Amino acid sequence: MTHNHTLVVDTLSLAYGDRTVIDALDLAVPSGRISAIVGPNACGKSTLLRTMSRLLAPRTGHVLLDGASVHRMPAKELARTMGLLPQSPTAPEGITVADLVGRGRQPHQGIFSRWTRADDVAVADALDATQTAELADRAVDELSGGQRQRVWIAMALAQQTDVLLLDEPTTFLDVSHQIEVLDLLTDLNRSKGTTIVMVLHDLNLAARYADHLVALAGGRVYAEGEPAAVLTEDVVRVVFGIESRVITDPTSEKPLMLPMGRHHTRDAGAATRHEEPT
Amino acid sequence: MTATITRRDSNVASLRRPNRVRLSWLLALVVLLALLMVASLAIGSRTVSIGDMLLGLGGSLDTLGQAAVNKRVPRTLLAAIVGAALGLAGAVMQAVTRNPLADPSILGVNMGASLAVVTGIAWFGLSTATGYIWAAVAGAAVAAVFVYTVGSLGRGGATPLKLALAGAATSAALASFVTAVSLPRGDISATIVSWQIGGVGGASFDSIRPMLPFFVAGCAISLLAARSLNSLALGDDVAASLGERVAVVRVVAALGAVLLCGAATAIAGPIGFVGLVVPHLCRLLVGVDQRWLLPFSALAGAVLLVAADVIGRVVARPGEIDVGIITALIGAPVFIAIVRRQRVRAL
Repeated sequence: MTHNHTLVVDTLSLAYGDRTVIDALDLAVPSGRISAIVGPNACGKSTLLRTMSRLLAPRTGHVLLDGASVHRMPAKELARTMGLLPQSPTAPEGITVADLVGRGRQPHQGIFSRWTRADDVAVADALDATQTAELADRAVDELSGGQRQRVWIAMALAQQTDVLLLDEPTTFLDVSHQIEVLDLLTDLNRSKGTTIVMVLHDLNLAARYADHLVALAGGRVYAEGEPAAVLTEDVVRVVFGIESRVITDPTSEKPLMLPMGRHHTRDAGAATRHEEPT
Repeated sequence: MTATITRRDSNVASLRRPNRVRLSWLLALVVLLALLMVASLAIGSRTVSIGDMLLGLGGSLDTLGQAAVNKRVPRTLLAAIVGAALGLAGAVMQAVTRNPLADPSILGVNMGASLAVVTGIAWFGLSTATGYIWAAVAGAAVAAVFVYTVGSLGRGGATPLKLALAGAATSAALASFVTAVSLPRGDISATIVSWQIGGVGGASFDSIRPMLPFFVAGCAISLLAARSLNSLALGDDVAASLGERVAVVRVVAALGAVLLCGAATAIAGPIGFVGLVVPHLCRLLVGVDQRWLLPFSALAGAVLLVAADVIGRVVARPGEIDVGIITALIGAPVFIAIVRRQRVRAL
């Protein structure tokens, strides 16, 4: 079982040159739950995640893990508590699955320390959890997209962190692999209590899999909370700038957003018919 | 449940890296290096009998053969050391830049070292081996930083192609500076030419000794960085999330490489392609784990350069062809082969 950790973003601001990407953002990540960050392109969601895992330095504000600034913490200490899987990571050509997953043990090893039984067990557990054990001797670059993503998640699992951040873990995956990856993360959360924070593109998958949904707009949190409270037609209108209908998903009983464009909607069809007689 | 447990145990066992394969390659390389070093002592403009060789190794100078062996000992050692330094430096540079074309000569690092040494000789009366080495290390470092900066400009960061172009352009520019500095100085041109051609032929223990501290420090730094370079191979973001301070790792590892090729260049003159070819061959043998790849590259670099030195003495008997020419003959085709490969960026 994992320990409880508080992960708090405190009036964080970050800019690329003159362009403010994150603007005095506050966020408290619920411990032991799955949080999903959603928002339109360029709303700062990846930037937020990268700043939380200290890949980027904030202009002002802090990211506090258990009350201590992650940007001031020793790098290895942070890496034993919080891991990040970036968007589409690249593996060196020819690396085997076992080797890649084993590299997740890096923060637990010193310069001179040897590979231990604990490392072996952590890697085997990670391979088992992601059902990649049969692939252990295969080269990563000959795997399918879904397998490859599972292997990367296995590497992050081998790191054995209580908090795991993922930047769009389902990008470039077809729907079956998307579900597979999100189910896997849910298993991890339920079995070990790992706190998961992920940036997701797909609003409906985010609403289905997250306990806590965070909608970003213009570098700020526009709405956060239970998916049913966050994913509403009003929020979609403000955050994404489109009309939509939100219904209750009959399979998961979570909110399901149906976007409305200018075409293929019953109202739009009616409007066209209305105009024809003139 | 039992099924899971037995499967896990077999997993744990199968996770052990195929170290036996790697160890046998290691053994094979060590034996090969030993054989080549013996050949290097025996072969030359005068071929020496085994009896003379043993006596010559013991310090005896009674016959011409024994004297020749005595002269060839430091030369053989120097070839091994310089080869190891360049092979290791190349492997580290490829890891630091995540670039399969990284190599001390292609990145202009050797030329930077050359220019610094030549300028030192011409303008600052540089004459000691230690002075050469410091100048070469400084020149190598400046060239490395310059090429990497130029190669990183623009979209996409330091791509293999941009780095290779920046390195080639810088090398060409530095080479013409070397000529510009040395040409008007007839008084020192003999010194410069003999240093530039250098190679390992004129080695003596006195010329090797000043290089050793740099070689040892460079090796130590590079090998200690191996584990961090393994993380770096997964990309900067993943490396950082594994607790690496990416910039520190890059600077430290690059320092190791610069010490190695600076010292090698200072003693033996610019020798190309060893740092390019050797890590690629070693990757075929032992895979991508830097903790194996780096020592292997050092060993294979030594093998290549000792072999090149022996070949250079055999093909042009009774004269000699400089090792740098032999390595270029071997290296250029390999370079082209690598460039022509499609997946050149995926390191």
